[in-house]
Amino acid sequence: MAKHAYNKPELLALYRKMVTIRLVELRLGRLFADGEVPGFIHLSIGQEAVATAVGLLLDNMDTVASTHRGHGHALAKGVGLDDFFYELMAKEEGICKGRGGSMHVANLSIGMLGANAIVGASTPIAMGSAMAHQIRKTGGVAVAFFGDGAMAEGVLHESLNMASLWKLPLLFVCENNGWAEFSPTHKQFVAKLADLSAAFNIPYAKVNGNDVLAVSDAARLALTDIRSGKGPYVLECTTHRWRGHYEGDPQKYRPTHELEQLGDHDPVKFFEDVMRKKGVSDEEMESVRVELESAIELSVERARAGTSPDWHSAQSDVYTAAEGGQHV
Amino acid sequence: MSELRFAQAINRALSESMTEDDTVMLMGEDIAEAGGPFGVTRGLLAKFGADRVRDTPISEMAMSNAAVGAALSGVKPVLEIMFMDFMTFAMDALVNQAAKARFMFGGQSSVPMVVRTPHGGGISAGPQHSQCLEAWFAHVPGLKVVCPSNPADAYGLLKAAIADPDPVVFVENKSLYALKGEVPETPFRIPIGQASVVRQGQDVTVVTYGGMVSRALQAAEMLAKEGVFIEVIDLRSIQPWDEATVLASLSKTHRLLIAHEAVEAFGVGAEIAARMSDVGFDELDAPIMRVAAPFVPVPFAPGLEKQYQPSADKIVEAVHRLMS
Repeated sequence: MAKHAYNKPELLALYRKMVTIRLVELRLGRLFADGEVPGFIHLSIGQEAVATAVGLLLDNMDTVASTHRGHGHALAKGVGLDDFFYELMAKEEGICKGRGGSMHVANLSIGMLGANAIVGASTPIAMGSAMAHQIRKTGGVAVAFFGDGAMAEGVLHESLNMASLWKLPLLFVCENNGWAEFSPTHKQFVAKLADLSAAFNIPYAKVNGNDVLAVSDAARLALTDIRSGKGPYVLECTTHRWRGHYEGDPQKYRPTHELEQLGDHDPVKFFEDVMRKKGVSDEEMESVRVELESAIELSVERARAGTSPDWHSAQSDVYTAAEGGQHV
Repeated sequence: MSELRFAQAINRALSESMTEDDTVMLMGEDIAEAGGPFGVTRGLLAKFGADRVRDTPISEMAMSNAAVGAALSGVKPVLEIMFMDFMTFAMDALVNQAAKARFMFGGQSSVPMVVRTPHGGGISAGPQHSQCLEAWFAHVPGLKVVCPSNPADAYGLLKAAIADPDPVVFVENKSLYALKGEVPETPFRIPIGQASVVRQGQDVTVVTYGGMVSRALQAAEMLAKEGVFIEVIDLRSIQPWDEATVLASLSKTHRLLIAHEAVEAFGVGAEIAARMSDVGFDELDAPIMRVAAPFVPVPFAPGLEKQYQPSADKIVEAVHRLMS
């Protein structure tokens, strides 16, 4: 299969999405520090290329199950800035009416099945969604994002097995940032994802997860195979977690030299260099950033002015109400 | 009317639901080719094909979470967990995912799935194949729990559970699978949350469900010979449970006993007793009593298990104390 040749609108679309995620995460970091985002958040700064590349290859009918570090996945799948900020800032207008927050952003109408606070849970949920695609013959695929920390979860192994047994239209995307919460991956998982995939007879590819075009190329190949009925595929994207496990994590467990060198692995800078070589000017990129900055600020302002979630509405949404308001 | 065994009534409900709605599908261990460990799903593979009747590997955690993912993606899975003891592996899917999705996604979607699972002892299946764990699930906001006592209820409740937009844990007492009973031929549903008064009486209300209903009815026969008449309420649904029917009966008898095969401590009976001592306090002429399993794992040896299990005799004994 010939390598995809990216035209300028495609490059700019990738850039726009990746910068959206970066700027949203940076803005959230500040809002959190200022006490405007309750709870705790896990930022995906440094990992934006993976969500961006995979997200832009998906249609609305395709489904995505994500992780606790899922802001990028949600934005890449198409969750809007207003829906997102209202939710993160705990407002009734949020996509989940302020009931889920950072770790549960979902938009089922566009196939975003939710971020998830349970490590590894995205894999069987996406697997079941892939089963639904297969039964309903939608032609869609499901994508399971997971981190290296999920590799030691038994349910991932079960899901690989079932996906392979049933030849499900399922793309497993591992964002391997080298850290499983507070521990280095090599102290958590003795095997390699490549070997695990091979054990379950699933094709596997490993890419530089900080190179958005490399991820896009690999994901495109994988999705073509999956859509043609060849069954699941595992894509391992090596990347870096710039921030702590959670925002505010002092990261005392992390070597200083590693923290100092994170800037060398910036997926946004890396792509800007690539785009310059492909004829996109600094001014064009700058104008994308400026436009996004102001769009994000507008969403933040709107969310600040949002309404507090309504207890009665929340309480009555535990079960589905039947016609006439009575519970079924 | 046709006479069906409990297992056949469930089979009929599954088959009809799959015919009526082509998004309904079944998954579980050995349910397709083997027809299920208790024969409940026999013949459904041939009728509906391997896409919709799936044998899963022995991977309860993945299959239960997969049911959630499928339910969020336009399919209505009916999952079989071979023994309720194995529901421990499905806790994350049910408690963290299925029960919460509707609420935490702001009501965007419900999770239309059913988990069928057999509970109960009496067959020397031992500590890991006999437990009645329904109270665990009844404790989780977002889940519904039902437990039928006869073939017609099993059929009607399962039809309702599959049609229900929310996740339902459908508990089948394994001692009932061979039980025969009349099931009307016209399709029907029994609304979840509606109890049934299976025997009228004015002296003591006995609230029970599942496999204990027949033991309560035996006790009623024994007590009637002494001139004591108990009213037996078959709860049918545990979450939500029919508080109005229990309260109405208590208002008539002024004495309440709750009987179940599950462990007494922190069980379904504890919830009903607490609630009735609140809303029914003025009606009570005696303390509320419970007949249930002791705080001990289910033993293997037939003699031990016999002592362990709540029985008609134990219900009679408790009624005597309530009447004294």
